Amino acid sequence: MSILEVEDLSISFKQYTRGLKQKHHHVITSLNVTLEAGEILAVVGASGSGKSLLAHAILGILPSNASMSGTIKYAGDELTAARQMALRGKEIALVPQSVNYLDPLMRVGAQVRTSVKQGDAALAQRKVFERYHLQSDVENMYPFQLSGGMARRTLLSTAMVSEANVIIADEPTPGLDPVVILEALHDFRELADNGCAVMLITHDIESALKIADKIAVFYAGTTVEVAPVDDFFGNGEALRHPYSKALWRALPQNDFVPIRGSQPHPSALPAGCLFEPRCEKVTLECRQARPEMRNLRNGMVRCIHAT
Amino acid sequence: MRKGLNRHIGIFLLLKSVRMATLLVAICFISFLLIKNSPIDPIQAYIGADLLKVGPEQREKIAEYWGLDQPVMVQFFNWGSALLTGDLGTSMIYRRPVAEIISERFLNSFVLMITAWLLSGIIGFAMGVISAMKKDTWVDKFIKWYCYTLASTPTFWLGLLMLIVFAVWLGWFPIGLGVPAGVLAEDVTIADRINHLILPAITLSVVGVANVALHTRQKLIDVLASDYVLFARARGEYGFGLFWRHGLRNVALPAITLQFAAFSELFGGAVLAEQVFSYPGLGQATVEAGLRGDVPLLLGLVICSALFVFIGNLIADLIYYVLDPRIREGRMI
Amino acid sequence: MIVTVIAVIFLLSIVVGRFLLDEGRIATNLTIRNAPPSFDHLFGTDWLGRDMFTRTIMGLSLSMGVGLIGAIGSASIALILGMAAATMGKMVDRMISWLIDLFLSVPHLVTLILIAFTLGGGFKGIVIGIALTHWPSLARVIRAEVMQIRSAEFVQVSQKMGKSRWFIAVQHIFPHLIPQVLVGFLLLFPHAILHEAAVTFLGLGLSPHEPAIGIILSESMKYLSSGMWWLAFFPGLCLLIVVRTFDTIGENLRMLIDPTRAHD
Ligand SMILES: Nc1ncnc2c1ncn2[C@@H]1O[C@H](COP(=O)(O)OP(=O)(O)OP(=O)(O)O)[C@@H](O)[C@H]1O
Ligand code: SF4
Ligand SMILES: [Mg+2]
Repeated sequence: MSILEVEDLSISFKQYTRGLKQKHHHVITSLNVTLEAGEILAVVGASGSGKSLLAHAILGILPSNASMSGTIKYAGDELTAARQMALRGKEIALVPQSVNYLDPLMRVGAQVRTSVKQGDAALAQRKVFERYHLQSDVENMYPFQLSGGMARRTLLSTAMVSEANVIIADEPTPGLDPVVILEALHDFRELADNGCAVMLITHDIESALKIADKIAVFYAGTTVEVAPVDDFFGNGEALRHPYSKALWRALPQNDFVPIRGSQPHPSALPAGCLFEPRCEKVTLECRQARPEMRNLRNGMVRCIHAT
Repeated sequence: MRKGLNRHIGIFLLLKSVRMATLLVAICFISFLLIKNSPIDPIQAYIGADLLKVGPEQREKIAEYWGLDQPVMVQFFNWGSALLTGDLGTSMIYRRPVAEIISERFLNSFVLMITAWLLSGIIGFAMGVISAMKKDTWVDKFIKWYCYTLASTPTFWLGLLMLIVFAVWLGWFPIGLGVPAGVLAEDVTIADRINHLILPAITLSVVGVANVALHTRQKLIDVLASDYVLFARARGEYGFGLFWRHGLRNVALPAITLQFAAFSELFGGAVLAEQVFSYPGLGQATVEAGLRGDVPLLLGLVICSALFVFIGNLIADLIYYVLDPRIREGRMI
Repeated sequence: MIVTVIAVIFLLSIVVGRFLLDEGRIATNLTIRNAPPSFDHLFGTDWLGRDMFTRTIMGLSLSMGVGLIGAIGSASIALILGMAAATMGKMVDRMISWLIDLFLSVPHLVTLILIAFTLGGGFKGIVIGIALTHWPSLARVIRAEVMQIRSAEFVQVSQKMGKSRWFIAVQHIFPHLIPQVLVGFLLLFPHAILHEAAVTFLGLGLSPHEPAIGIILSESMKYLSSGMWWLAFFPGLCLLIVVRTFDTIGENLRMLIDPTRAHD
């Protein structure tokens, strides 16, 4: 049984425009994704495709002007708001995306220590700082005194000391030097091997491939494909969705050909397949309805023409 | 590290003081010029009702005594140099040194203002916090409505209402007169003083909460929507504990600063409240000096009120300097 | 929106009402003096038998008039100094910021008393006092706004195309400033009214012969102890409502021109 299942998740925002008019932005549309214990799922996709919001939705910390539908299940049971509150920080931990997530007026050591749910907090904090090469005086510093890399390592530390079963890491690596990246990724692998489930949101497909088991590709607020890492090779011929293939080929180490066009704005999504305006294989059928997510060759895809 | 901090505060204080000094000199000069150009005849103000009995020679003598026969610039320098030695001149209506009157009245006003300041600060802060925590509920709407209404309320009218209700109808407090008639100033008891303090202090506090409350509310709403509170929630913190650990610190600092920076409005409010309740403070003296043309006293009070505002601003800046780690420790790196 | 419309109607009715009211109702009529509120005299009558409702409306329209002139003066000063600070170089900017500090460093009310004293009280003193004390915050807003527009791309392009300063000011800067100035003016207007009433109340503003709200309230003080609460209650309440109404209109307009603040 999957430890975390997200089914048909949709999130939209009410936005006010000039003259007090309201507008709905559909930032996530019928998204499905599952997370297994002992596994690392990497989530990749363009900026603004809804990766951070998915993480926040799982933890139940969406902003108040967001409305959400669909179900999220944790260990088989639906994750209600009350359960989310009980599990946050204990069983599900977040590594947030940016340094702004640290309280500017609180010493970072104290912020890490609050994440420790059992045992000697001070000891755990010191150990994890040591592991990430943070000097002992760092614990008495305020966030503004940290370099970008130090702050990242502090954020990583908060999740590592929490001993949670599910770790959702939202782009934990940018700004770190390669050695620390390797160490962090290695830590995630180790956590997974010890039975944790890790969702690794990242732009860095290259690194993700080294440690992840599966990769979920996001586009315009939905999962277009979930594929085992082994499918990412060559020209992407094993990949299922046209967007995944294009994304793969756009990488510098591959063909380095940019995808034409751009992701649709959440307020103006196409009626049919979300990728339709940019897809090379588009047909009339694609414009009629949103393709369902379906199983295909040991993976999943949201494209009617995928083989 | 300590040493570095002290030096920086020293430099900061020095720069501030220089700026304040230029402003203060300008204020002195401008007020002096303004008052000298007033159509109110200072000699008449001095003599008051006895004017009829005074002949031209006597007028001249009085003018000479006050130095009123000299060119304005000379008068200013005379006054200014006396000012530097702490001599503010002699009040025309009280016939006593201005410095003496001000220091005596300052104490009264200070007690009044500090009471109102503390009360309005604490209550306003609490209201702002409640409002933000309960954003968009009826509690929040009510507090907001109340604050906006208070911001539009004439302080003196509120004072009159207080008088009507508590002094006239309920008879709990005396109507007017800072000191009971017929009692010598020395015989006024502490209880008397407190009795006269309550209504003006309440009036000032009631009006004073609006600013802090609205500001705190907005600030806390911003803080609660911030990424770091989001992350704190993601780590399982919630409710009052969350507010205590992450909200309070980030909201209290600006609120305290705002409260210190509001000394100017506080003084203005005190002028009105003192007038309504005949409270013998600086405000009442200002009004009297203005009405009866007491030039030295009015000048002294303008300077005194400016100093009061300066000190408030200075403390506000210092608090940031000392308490905000982003400024405090940022300087040391 | 609805609130704004009602508010405008309310304010207009005060201004118009002033001319419809019967002057005879504020003539001395000792037979009906000291009457508490009734249907005949909604706000009661004073010690000379004058109808308080009529006096209040007249006082309000007078206070609004004085506030209006003062506020226009203040907004003009703010506009000129704000523009000057943003466009005339660093020195001017520094001087104006120093000037702002100067005006903020003495409590408004004390400044008003000082100016009223200098000008010998009366209408002139209060209008000039209000004009001179209320401009600093609006001047700051205008300065920031002009700075922002000047650095905007279309202005930069215009500048590169060799358009004159005057052309840029008229074509680009003024149109953007108008809503800001309007809202700033509307927000400062109620404060002007309040300060006018306060100074007049203290006896340093309009002369006691004028039917101003401040005069009505300061006169009422003598009669409070004899239980004539209506002399103070209604005029002050009406003043409060007027000030609050202008404030609401100003805030609503600000939301219209600045929708990012709207959902607050
Ligand atoms: N509070 C909000 N109000 C309105 N729209 C929002 C809000 N938060 C996010 N969005 C919108 O939701 C969409 C997805 O945002 P999200 O932060 O999840 O993207 P992301 O995939 O994490 O991007 P990145 O890689 O840049 O972090 C974006 O279009 C963004 O504009
Ligand atoms: S459904 Fe059609 S448009 Fe969408 S990705 Fe597949 S082929 Fe392209
Ligand atoms: Mg993100």
